[in-house]
Amino acid sequence: MPDAVGLELIAGELRAEFGDDAVVGTSYHREQACVQVDPSKVIRVLGHLRARAEHPYPFLASLHGCDYLPEAPRLGIHYELLNMRTVDRLRVKVRLDVDYPQIESCVELFPSAEFQEREVFDMFGVVFTGHPDLRRILMPEDYEGYPQRRDFPLGGELVIFTHNEPASPGWYR
Amino acid sequence: MSGERPVDGPTLTNDPLGVGYREREESITLTPLERQIAEQRGTGVSQADTALAPETELLTLNIGPHHPATHGVLRLLTTLEGEVVREVKPLVGYVHTGIEKNCEDKSYWKVIPLIERMDYAGYYFNALAYCMAVEKLLGIEVPKRAQYLRVIHTELCRIHSHMLWLGTSALDLGAISMFWYCFRERDNVLDLFEMSSGQRMHTRYIQIGGVAEDVPPGFVEKALWFVRQMPSRVDQFADLLDNNEIFLQRMRGVGVCSQERLLELGVTGPLLRATGNPWDLRKAAPYSSYDDFDFQVPVGTTGDNYDRYRVRLAELYESCKIIEQALEGLTEGPWITDDRKVALPPRHELATSMEALIHHFKLVTEGIRVPAGEVYLPIESPRGELGCFVVSDGSSKPARVHMREPSFINLQALSDMVEGEYIADLIATLAMLDPILGGIDR
Amino acid sequence: MNTPSEQSGQPGPGNTLPNAFHVTQPRTPEEFRARQLRARDMLRGDLEGADLEKFVEEAVVTTTLERALNWARSQTVFPMTFGLACCALEMMSIVSARYDVARFGSEAFRASPRQADLIILSGRVSIKMAPVIRRIYDQMLEPKWVIAMGACSSSGGVFSNYAVVQGADKFLPVDVHVPGCPPRPEALIHGIIKLQHKIKGRPDLGWRERYAADGSEEWPYGRAGAPHDVNLEQLIAERRALGSNGSGSNGLGVNGDARNLPLPEAGDA
Repeated sequence: MPDAVGLELIAGELRAEFGDDAVVGTSYHREQACVQVDPSKVIRVLGHLRARAEHPYPFLASLHGCDYLPEAPRLGIHYELLNMRTVDRLRVKVRLDVDYPQIESCVELFPSAEFQEREVFDMFGVVFTGHPDLRRILMPEDYEGYPQRRDFPLGGELVIFTHNEPASPGWYR
Repeated sequence: MSGERPVDGPTLTNDPLGVGYREREESITLTPLERQIAEQRGTGVSQADTALAPETELLTLNIGPHHPATHGVLRLLTTLEGEVVREVKPLVGYVHTGIEKNCEDKSYWKVIPLIERMDYAGYYFNALAYCMAVEKLLGIEVPKRAQYLRVIHTELCRIHSHMLWLGTSALDLGAISMFWYCFRERDNVLDLFEMSSGQRMHTRYIQIGGVAEDVPPGFVEKALWFVRQMPSRVDQFADLLDNNEIFLQRMRGVGVCSQERLLELGVTGPLLRATGNPWDLRKAAPYSSYDDFDFQVPVGTTGDNYDRYRVRLAELYESCKIIEQALEGLTEGPWITDDRKVALPPRHELATSMEALIHHFKLVTEGIRVPAGEVYLPIESPRGELGCFVVSDGSSKPARVHMREPSFINLQALSDMVEGEYIADLIATLAMLDPILGGIDR
Repeated sequence: MNTPSEQSGQPGPGNTLPNAFHVTQPRTPEEFRARQLRARDMLRGDLEGADLEKFVEEAVVTTTLERALNWARSQTVFPMTFGLACCALEMMSIVSARYDVARFGSEAFRASPRQADLIILSGRVSIKMAPVIRRIYDQMLEPKWVIAMGACSSSGGVFSNYAVVQGADKFLPVDVHVPGCPPRPEALIHGIIKLQHKIKGRPDLGWRERYAADGSEEWPYGRAGAPHDVNLEQLIAERRALGSNGSGSNGLGVNGDARNLPLPEAGDA
């Protein structure tokens, strides 16, 4: 992990490269570095971090979504970057509004993101523009709704055992 | 047999599954908003005009979701030209269980049994990744004995997972006797699990702050007996398979994928190590006292199926070495943290101490409260980097639990491995990929 | 056209399997003795005198053919290799050397639903998988049985959420539920033995009616239009008439159903 100073250096580098509004904020919590960037510039930021000269992050370990329900831009997408040589991890975070969640796909940079972006689309409804095959992956094709959002009901139903079957005739239909 | 099979034929079109396949798929997938976006970016248009030459015919073969060789309910849409695989599309989600959503509804302790049921061949790893992530959020230390017990059990679980992989893979390749030998050893491991926790599978042994119980008397001796006889068993397995010409022909030079491509695709674990890259989180970023033990990371050379098989067999020897060292170095001491906000008080204190009773009641009814934050914590599972991403909002339930399952990411490399190979090699390569469908679909 | 033998039994009401062997069990000891004596008459010639009496007393047990068939069926239940999730590992280990389900005649796992008698739902059933399972079940041939192994396929288990069907008996007639998460192999073997008892005991299959689950995909019993519900000769006569005057010309037979295709004339073949 880059330490807190290293994180600020990375943030400064990104600001110098892509403008002051590229980096929304940084956080260093429990020895984990996270830089939050502007959604419109995330692909350029990722491309820069991937191909940096002296300390690149060429491996995308994981990409996942998150729903921070009470907060203002509700959805979040995390890119867990990894440098295998120095075993450094850096999290790039993007916050998206829930109304029209759309972000550029990073499949061309990191082919490993293909399934994971499909999963985020399936679970949170984030549309990744430029994704080669953006379909539902885990839920059935004709499913409606995005189950991992916090306002989606957990679902499930009361299990009716045989002893109370007469009370609810036709439950099996 | 060489890895490069000369294949002459037409190049693949963008629409191999028939005219309008993509349109059909998208028409049921996309909501109006998304379809609008799709139309803007110009996909969803069938590519019928790039049709094949009339004398060649591509055959679409559907394998699964119920097929004995797919190791679960994986569905593969393969496009064949004769017997040569032209394209493979894995379709997953047939055991999607919604565990990540269910975790948001449970308190931190109750998540552990759910998490264990994701990758059902490596359940100790799931629990360990989750517990270590929560411990990192809490900022607590785990006692040495608990760390050693965790290492012992996860490495036993790695043996269990590899035994399952070897038995079922050899079964797919026609070697049915391996199945019985491997399941004999697997049952020996499960006996040890049953001794320490009372369950064969999904033991919920690893607890936040340590392990749930100390191991019973006799466990260490039995485990030592097991790991001392295990290497000779692995020798037997290797003897059985390595002298089998059919097995070797289906392994050597089949399913090759370059290291650079595997890294691009995010593949980790034995698949990556078979190409010669010694990336192993137990060595690279040691967790849970792995730096106390003397072991090696086996790597392959060419990255074909035979190397994958060899790397996993060598990992079995290394796991036995680690377990033996951990059993011999097992120190006396507590097996769970003494932080009473996290761990249950000992049973005997409940009768005498009021505070212990209050803590017990609060822990059982409400659960632990974890300070807000986000943590991504990776460990090395039998299939690669298993990462657990936990978001806490300060309450007693996690706001988000996500597992970076290695099976899910590794499955993307399947089409790169088998395109241009024969359909029979697809089965062998899939077996060596070792996907666990519960981990893929979660 | 293959039809089940109608002549040997009275036509069922649509929800029971046709009973080809309408012979009842002996109800009283006197009846049992009478049947033994009838068997003695059949054996006369092979043995004589006291030998014959001794043999009949000791060795002749009369039963009905249906009972004998059910006994034979119960000892050769072929399960299908159908692993869904965690329980599949324990299902696989029942054939291993330690548990050895071959002792109970169920070791021959079949990959095709056409060859299997028993489907073991080993794991959680997601809403994406449920139609697939129902289709596989429909492809199995009668007689067929279902074991729901584990908590998930019995009741949804801990996974009470949007993705999991809350119990496989929402869409399948489950014969035996095996509790556990996952059940031990011994528990599954116990379930198979319970199923054997059920098969031997000639259970009433009428309760399957609610699932429309009798018969197979090709030969659905209890569904409207199934051949054993109607007068077969009348049906044949009707369809011959239909075929000769050329109606039903869409090539799919009556009501667009392939089952209702007109029969060929006797001389066609």
